[in-house]
Amino acid sequence: MAVIAKDGYIDLVRDRVENFHGNQLVYVGWDDHLLFSAAQAFPLPPEMPFQTLVSEVMASVFNDHPDFQKIDWERAEWVLDGESFSPAMEASLKENGIGHKSLIRFKTPGLKGINGLRL
Amino acid sequence: MPAKKLNLRKRYGLLTRGMGWETTHQKMDDVFPYDSFEGIKITDWDKWEDPFRLTMDAYWKFQAEKEKKLYAVIDSFAQNNGQTNLADASYLSAIKLFITGVTPIEYAAHRGFAHLGRHFRGDGARIACQMQAIDELRHQQTQVHTISHYNKHFNGLHDPFHQFDRVWYLSVPKSFSEDALSSGPFEFITSISFAFEYVLTNLLFVPFMSGAAYNGDMATVTFGFSAQSDESRHMTLGLEIIKFMLEQHEDNLPIVQRWMDKHFWRAYRLLALVAAMQDYMLTNSPMSWKEAWDVYFVENGGALFEDLSRYGLKMPKYHELATAEADHISHQIWSVFCSLGNATGFHTFLPTEEKMAWLSEKYPDTFDQYYRPRFEYWHQQQKDGTFEFQKGLPQLCQVCQIPMVFTEVQTDPMQISYRVTEHGGDKYHFCSDGCKDIFEHEPEKYVQAWLPVHQIYQGNCGGPTLPEVLEWYKFTPEDIGNYIGSQDHARWQEWTGEDKEVKQA
Repeated sequence: MAVIAKDGYIDLVRDRVENFHGNQLVYVGWDDHLLFSAAQAFPLPPEMPFQTLVSEVMASVFNDHPDFQKIDWERAEWVLDGESFSPAMEASLKENGIGHKSLIRFKTPGLKGINGLRL
Repeated sequence: MPAKKLNLRKRYGLLTRGMGWETTHQKMDDVFPYDSFEGIKITDWDKWEDPFRLTMDAYWKFQAEKEKKLYAVIDSFAQNNGQTNLADASYLSAIKLFITGVTPIEYAAHRGFAHLGRHFRGDGARIACQMQAIDELRHQQTQVHTISHYNKHFNGLHDPFHQFDRVWYLSVPKSFSEDALSSGPFEFITSISFAFEYVLTNLLFVPFMSGAAYNGDMATVTFGFSAQSDESRHMTLGLEIIKFMLEQHEDNLPIVQRWMDKHFWRAYRLLALVAAMQDYMLTNSPMSWKEAWDVYFVENGGALFEDLSRYGLKMPKYHELATAEADHISHQIWSVFCSLGNATGFHTFLPTEEKMAWLSEKYPDTFDQYYRPRFEYWHQQQKDGTFEFQKGLPQLCQVCQIPMVFTEVQTDPMQISYRVTEHGGDKYHFCSDGCKDIFEHEPEKYVQAWLPVHQIYQGNCGGPTLPEVLEWYKFTPEDIGNYIGSQDHARWQEWTGEDKEVKQA
């Protein structure tokens, strides 16, 4: 349905991928770790290997949590845009099917946050 | 011989209805181009009733008297160093959020009502909107004048309007206002006068004005009282316009219901910031967010919608979720502010032992189980000197623009609530079904949203680093971060010779 607003309304998509200077937005949320109140937003080149996302980008924020160093990445469970998936660590974000404004969620079995309280 | 003095009813008639006319040189539709495209059908504008029957001359007289009193109090507050009577200087974080987040909404409301005061076809409704336009401008002005006294002594109060247009959390009230302002006049007035001012205004007024009274802030109490009689007129206008639209034509009902659903949810989401302020930023809280919600929305709002059910209007969609969330949102919002306090224009501070005992009592089903542990963990980190603000930027909701902190309170309160939709090949993320519904009805409007996190990444906010962004916001290093150790705190200690910790009762 068309927008019902005063005249002069223009057609504009403010967050199209071209506006991010070669990057795309990727959101990453760590389930059961609510010390991070929300998923994190990152502008990343689509060619970035998934491994770099994990060990550099995600680490830059999530490493402040004592659980991060304990993660067994072999056992991590991933959800991409609502579907479970198994990332190829050496492949790029794009090759892994991660698009502009994709949401990646991950669970780390055995790690339930501060005192097991999902924090 | 005619009477020398007209009675009130006659004067009202002459000064409102008597000021308008049917145009002949130009078509009425050209003179009033904005009041029909929304689909609202008005058959008889003369059925509009203004319960206050206020005319401009009476209005000027009332307002002038209120101004005189207000400015006398502001002067004496300044002369007596009223700022030293605050309960604690940490309380001023609430005032900083008010002047940057609420006062600019008053100005936006002024702009909106000025537009309606020109563009409603009915002269009675036009006059009522003109007066409200002046009221809103006065509120903005008196708030700036009153709070400017604190600006002489404390940080973070120096440039609210600049910040309103830029700062990440202020995009929440800004987008709320601009959503209404860019709508047609009937949707605007449903949003501001009914959903916000009639249904939810007490939830803003109580924490700020009673909150001010509870914390020795007589300046804020005074402008609150000065605004209160205006607010009661505004609320009456809100109810009147809803009844008027519903009585004029049966086709109006589904439109009004959809606006009600939308703007209830938008206003409610905006008030999440107020919930955090009420429960955490006030040194002494007169009542909890949940108590206020139960009284002002569940009880009073329930009675209101029962009354309106004779027009076929139903309770706003997702009101049950809002009531379930009343146990959670203040804690969730204050958590995100505390973890990003290096980028807020007010000081953050963790709840004290006394405050947490109060929160446990007020939130017996949720605080100890879900929220106390994170504050205690951060307390321990602060004690050990290991506390750090979070380094990343949060994902935001496309509609309310709040960081995606809300959780599935009805099924799993520790699971973030994620909603998504696609439009034009792009994904859009939401905190709730309420925000997702709003998007899906008018996607072309919300794909334009100026989301602060995305704007930073597009390079539109002063630079890629946090200090550059904060400078672009006009936040100085003294404005941000923990209250303990701040200039505000140091100054307060100089005056009081005590209060080494945050004081909370």
